[in-house]
Amino acid sequence: MTSVAPPAQPGKRRGDGMRVRIRDWGPPVILLTAFLVVWEIFVQAFHVKQFILPGPIAIAVAWQTYLPELLDAAGYTVLEIIGGMIIGATAGIAIGAITARYRSMQDSLMPFAVAASSVPILAFAPLFNNWFGLDNQLSKAMIAAALCFFPVMINTVRGLTNVDPAAVELLRSIAASETQVFRKLRVPNSLPYVFTALRLAATLATIGAVVGEYFAAPRASLGQYIATYSAFLNFERSWAAIVFACAIGIGLYVLVSITEWLAMPWARSKREWS
Amino acid sequence: MGDVATRTVVEIQGVSKIFAASGQGARPVEALVGIDLSVAAGEFISLIGPSGCGKSTLLRIVGDLTAPTSGTVKVNGKPAPQARRDRDYGMVFQAPILFDWRSVQGNVELPLEINGTAKAERARRAAELLALVELSDFAHHYPWQLSGGMQQRAAIARALVLDPAILLMDEPFGALDEMTRERMNMELLKIWDRTQTTVLFVTHSIAEAVFLSTRVVVMSARPGRIAAVVDIDLPRVRTVETRETEAYFHFVTVVREALRGDEGGQQPGSTDARRVAAEGLSG
Repeated sequence: MTSVAPPAQPGKRRGDGMRVRIRDWGPPVILLTAFLVVWEIFVQAFHVKQFILPGPIAIAVAWQTYLPELLDAAGYTVLEIIGGMIIGATAGIAIGAITARYRSMQDSLMPFAVAASSVPILAFAPLFNNWFGLDNQLSKAMIAAALCFFPVMINTVRGLTNVDPAAVELLRSIAASETQVFRKLRVPNSLPYVFTALRLAATLATIGAVVGEYFAAPRASLGQYIATYSAFLNFERSWAAIVFACAIGIGLYVLVSITEWLAMPWARSKREWS
Repeated sequence: MGDVATRTVVEIQGVSKIFAASGQGARPVEALVGIDLSVAAGEFISLIGPSGCGKSTLLRIVGDLTAPTSGTVKVNGKPAPQARRDRDYGMVFQAPILFDWRSVQGNVELPLEINGTAKAERARRAAELLALVELSDFAHHYPWQLSGGMQQRAAIARALVLDPAILLMDEPFGALDEMTRERMNMELLKIWDRTQTTVLFVTHSIAEAVFLSTRVVVMSARPGRIAAVVDIDLPRVRTVETRETEAYFHFVTVVREALRGDEGGQQPGSTDARRVAAEGLSG
């Protein structure tokens, strides 16, 4: 018999996992705190003008003072972001799956998809506002969706097609149908690819919605909030809204990562283990 | 073995394979020419030969993963494509090809899912096979938590789970170190003994071929053909000590000479090898 010891019990591993998490989170938290302290000292010591760079304390004060309207604005924008992500990711996965199914579609469509993903789609933001309405959430959601679509579609195609040829052969040897190959091999194989794209999409959707709002949106949206108070040289309020936008982007990213963690238990234990 | 041994499981007749020329100036490659071989139930047959002798191609043709250019392969009296659709094959490749996202048990159950076996029966059958390859304790582990040898045992369990008419093995232990390989040879013989499966086994190793097989088919390259068939007249039950017996060394020498005879091209193999070859072919 081989002498490989069975791995530790799951319960024991979970304890280790917690310790790993503290070890992982500690340094970045310390670094962030240090960064904020240095920032504040820098602003104070050199008397940096508020309209050039407000200190973290000024931003925190603004954040607290204007919290209700910031929450309103963030609520408005987060709907665009999530809506856009859902539209873009769903379309990307669906069209990616169809494309992966047909060789001819891959050959004809993929070059354009790859080219389109390197086009600055944000440049179209003013046009989207014309197409879907200056003042509503749909136009911004559509910008976010367009940004999300291409990476998700491309990675779906790659994940579904980059399968081990030997695994396909193995399934052939037991007379598996195309549908079975798709379900048992291609779909699980594609998950890491799709989640990588979704994490990117979370960031892109946030950028798309906020920048879309710069061009046209109601006052109570993060993009307009940032733009307006920048124009008024009221930078700590802009910064307070930027903090919100960052938090939304990071929050969505974490949400996708948690979903990935839940959807792929095999990869989870592997990461914890090695 | 008795009358079981007389039933033919695989009948290969006049099989040739020519790979079309790829690229400019390239000529078509004759991978296999005029292969005739029949495999009886319960036999353990090794295909051995230099690289490029087409032994893997022959195995793939038997398993209907490649079509022959001419000739026929019948498994249990059925053409190979029909046998594949009927799931008569169990295949083990050089890589274990276990699915990362499935536990060891899930991997062994895969063929049962493909043929639509009910869940409870799948679990029962997988447990049986995992016990056979002595991986019961690792049923709920993921493949990456297993050593190379254990992964290959899981692959063997998966190949046997549908109770195939023939087990096709393409250098299954080629990626393992010598010690693990010898241990796996013992394991495989134990499994073969318990399941009474018919095995067609491709290998580079003379020692492995002689130790495992009831017959060794020696192939030669360019074009790939059968140079000799050596009956390995050792007791069916083999132990670690078998590798140290005179009879074992004798057969290793016979197979080695049959292979060397091929290297010389015109040079005939030893009379012994040819005699055995003739017996094997007529048998």
